[in-house]
Amino acid sequence: MLKMTHLSKVYRTEVVETYALRDFNIDVNEGEFVAVTGPSGSGKTTFLTIAGLLETFTGGTYHLDGVEVSKLDDNARSRIRNEKIGFIFQAFNLIPDLNVFDNVEVPLRYRGMKAAERKQRIMESLERVGLASRAKHYPAELSGGQQQRVAIARALAGSPRLLLADEPTGNLDTQMARGVMELLEEIHREGATIVMVTHDPELAARAQRNVHVIDGQVVDLAEDPRFHAQVQAGRVNI
Amino acid sequence: MLGYYFFLALRSLRRTRMLTALMVLAIAVGIGASMTTLSVMFLLSGDPLPAKSGKLFFPQLDPSTGATLRHTPMDLLDYTSAHDLWQAHRASRQAMLANAATRVQPTVSGQAPFIVQTLATTSDFFPMFNVPFRYGGAWSAQDEQRAAREVVISSTLNQRLFGGANSVGRDVVINGAQLRVVGVLDDWRPRPRFYMVVGARFSGGDTADLYGPPHDVYLPMPTGIDIAQADMQPFTCWSDGMVDPHHMTTAACAWVGLWVELPDVAARDAYRRFLEDYDDQQRSIGRLTHPKLTRMMSLHEWLDFQQVVPADVKLQTWLAFAFLLICLFNTVGLLLAKFIGRSNEIGVRRALGASRKAIFGQCLVEAGLIGLIGGLFGLFMTVAGIYAIRQQPVAYADLVAVDMPVFVLALALSLGASLLAGVFPAFRASRVAPALQLKVQ
Repeated sequence: MLKMTHLSKVYRTEVVETYALRDFNIDVNEGEFVAVTGPSGSGKTTFLTIAGLLETFTGGTYHLDGVEVSKLDDNARSRIRNEKIGFIFQAFNLIPDLNVFDNVEVPLRYRGMKAAERKQRIMESLERVGLASRAKHYPAELSGGQQQRVAIARALAGSPRLLLADEPTGNLDTQMARGVMELLEEIHREGATIVMVTHDPELAARAQRNVHVIDGQVVDLAEDPRFHAQVQAGRVNI
Repeated sequence: MLGYYFFLALRSLRRTRMLTALMVLAIAVGIGASMTTLSVMFLLSGDPLPAKSGKLFFPQLDPSTGATLRHTPMDLLDYTSAHDLWQAHRASRQAMLANAATRVQPTVSGQAPFIVQTLATTSDFFPMFNVPFRYGGAWSAQDEQRAAREVVISSTLNQRLFGGANSVGRDVVINGAQLRVVGVLDDWRPRPRFYMVVGARFSGGDTADLYGPPHDVYLPMPTGIDIAQADMQPFTCWSDGMVDPHHMTTAACAWVGLWVELPDVAARDAYRRFLEDYDDQQRSIGRLTHPKLTRMMSLHEWLDFQQVVPADVKLQTWLAFAFLLICLFNTVGLLLAKFIGRSNEIGVRRALGASRKAIFGQCLVEAGLIGLIGGLFGLFMTVAGIYAIRQQPVAYADLVAVDMPVFVLALALSLGASLLAGVFPAFRASRVAPALQLKVQ
């Protein structure tokens, strides 16, 4: 489903080159639930934005659903984002002056879907996250957990092949976080491929597979001395 | 998607009311100022006779004598040249004309005589310039030839003398002579008074009076010479001694204009040859002494040559459009602030599948909507501006009005200008990097 090989991302200034990702390799199969963990600044979110075609990369290859994406233009990348990828952000990123219905509608609008089909999909998605009755509410009228569920409904409405979640429970209290996590697990059981970036080892443990990123590289924790050094320095939770 | 963009634009405008109001105000003021001056400019620079202006020509030559040689012909002809050219009847229509100021004796006893602007002309004047009649018509060629005591008067003078009634057949006393009214003009307000534009290019742009009402009295040329020869207004004279105003037909003065109607290119070429031949012939007999200097401008060319559009109106138009440009620059800045302020939303939309083109379109529709609203308010300002101009003491004040083309142009200009102003901000918005926006939450 998602395969990155020797992928690198370099930020260049006039005086310095900074590797956000270096020789990054990952292969996520269809239907997998993968948690990507690592310390702050390790490159997790950069990986996620590249995986979601929100950012380009400097070297290597990236195949998404069998398509090599590095040569695609903006239109094609936007179409893939719209049709194949669903995003769930830590800060929910709902549009504040659109109500719940209109927020969930956003990706469907860019797909050029007819009004009747849009409405059906929106209501199905909202029912799935238990918020059909709040369709006319505005984000400010909802709790954090409810807002994140709206964001999940928005991600699901387009029936994407891949869900990318960036710290989906990072802004929620424990109870709300549990509810959101259960929802993601349910979505996964129904067949979705999920890649979730998280700091939280408890959440990571609930995924099928964990991928650890340190200094822009995927590492095998047992064999990597940098991981042990960071644990000792208190920079990584186990 | 256009409907969706429109829906989003409405929401966005409602959300930032103050910013929206500022942009609408900037566009409205710019549109109001530019459309007001443009209305005046259109009015004053329009074709005064659209159906025929391409067929009307103003033949000229240099009838002056003496040591000073001219580089261009005089604006008017001497009587002999004008009469010779007119009498040859080489055009499908031809009209001589001369300005005079005459004295009218009111028909109601006890009222004081008053001075009116008078045009001595020939009968082709009326059909040649499509002059409309309310009552009666022009005098006949035969009556003209025998200097019949006949007159055509304007509707304004008819109102003043006869209360607006049909005065055909009634008498008017002009310069002491009793004249019978044969025609009363309908409302006629050529813009400018194109048939007698003389010396305007020497006025330093102060040409507003050319847009005043046309003449009140029209006399057959021979009748005019009989009763108002001394009142004729010469353009210039070149004799060494004093000019005897009672013998203008032989005076060394340019005071008669000649218009000819030439329907096609062949007729124009033929008339040009005729004019040159006439000049050659007159020089061969010694009446004209200067080197040949003939010219024949069309009505358009003549008005352009005379620079009839007042200089201050041109300046105001330039200033107003410069002001509109400043308003647009302000709008560019405000739109930029507005769109970049929405970077987070744009980032989310990009993540959810909006292409750069889609974001660009969404922003441009919003700019266009602001332009349309600004244009509507601009129309109100245009109406107010035109009302203010109508209160000014200028000859054309009563002519200035808001008409449909101005309405359409105002909206189109406003829409176009705001779209133009929106291009750069929309482009910048479409280049917002979604990843950066979503990372920094």
